[in-house]
Amino acid sequence: MDARIAITVNGEARDIAAGATVAALLAEIGLDTRKVAVERNEEIVPRSTYAAVALTPGDRLEIVHFIGGG
Amino acid sequence: MDGHPATIDDTWEVAGRRFRSRLIVGTGRYKSLEETAASIEASGAEIVTVAVRRVNLSDPNAPMLQDFVPPSRYTYLPNTAGCHTASDAVRTLRLAREAGGWNLVKLEVLGPPPFLYPDMRATFEAAEALIKDGFQVMVYCADDPLAAKRLEEMGCVAIMPLGAPIGSGMGVVNPYMIGAIKREAKVPVLVDAGIGTASDAALAMELGCDAVLLNSAIAHARDPVRMARAMKAAVEAGRDAFLAGRMPRNYSADPSSPMAGLIR
Repeated sequence: MDARIAITVNGEARDIAAGATVAALLAEIGLDTRKVAVERNEEIVPRSTYAAVALTPGDRLEIVHFIGGG
Repeated sequence: MDGHPATIDDTWEVAGRRFRSRLIVGTGRYKSLEETAASIEASGAEIVTVAVRRVNLSDPNAPMLQDFVPPSRYTYLPNTAGCHTASDAVRTLRLAREAGGWNLVKLEVLGPPPFLYPDMRATFEAAEALIKDGFQVMVYCADDPLAAKRLEEMGCVAIMPLGAPIGSGMGVVNPYMIGAIKREAKVPVLVDAGIGTASDAALAMELGCDAVLLNSAIAHARDPVRMARAMKAAVEAGRDAFLAGRMPRNYSADPSSPMAGLIR
């Protein structure tokens, strides 16, 4: 059985396969990478690096998009 | 040829980008994304403000604003609504820059209800941090000529004093000060917030403002698409009236018809 690690995504606890990347997380959630932005532990994760950035236990991620606003 | 050349070429520029429409509209408070899209189209706006929020993880396939208001067609102006500190504003807009790839942003740091008045101390701090981080900052601010001048000197690319509190629909309650800020400014001045109906937008433009930013006046109208059209016409009319130069106010009457040649 693959090891799992605990992370926090948009304030919610979540676990994911150890070694998973940001790209894998977005795919698992089902998000179009072109429409979101990701912050990991308060640092921006550039879109071009999603497939290279591996998640580590305790990571806190924010995944945002644009919504209506004034 | 019924168009006047001066108005045909009447564009404005912010942060090196040139725009024809002098109406910037928000994308919030509509009943649906379809209504948002139809209203914005009717407004003729080229720039729209947007907010940055967490994706709903439980519904990742929910329709997104971008599908209805395409960034390929409209310049997105991400805002800092909901941010109360400089660091929140910087974090939010860094995410916006990554999501959209641009650095033109609207800074707004609001105080508490019931007025949600611009918190100028926090606004100055956030403006400084954002400018240092490479953002081009259009700043929502109090109708305070001293604050406006300081924001301009710090490097803000547009000054956006409120006409009245956000969402109040009270119009331009201090036209004298808005006009004064515009006359002193070397960067574009926009009335942001407070516009309630078309005549308010026209007044803001007659005062010489470069553009008007509004949201609720359209979104909360009974017929948003029709109000969007009214706002487009009002901004154009107000701009034309400003360029045309209004007649002087006079305390006594002056007949329009000649007094000579009356029958006896």
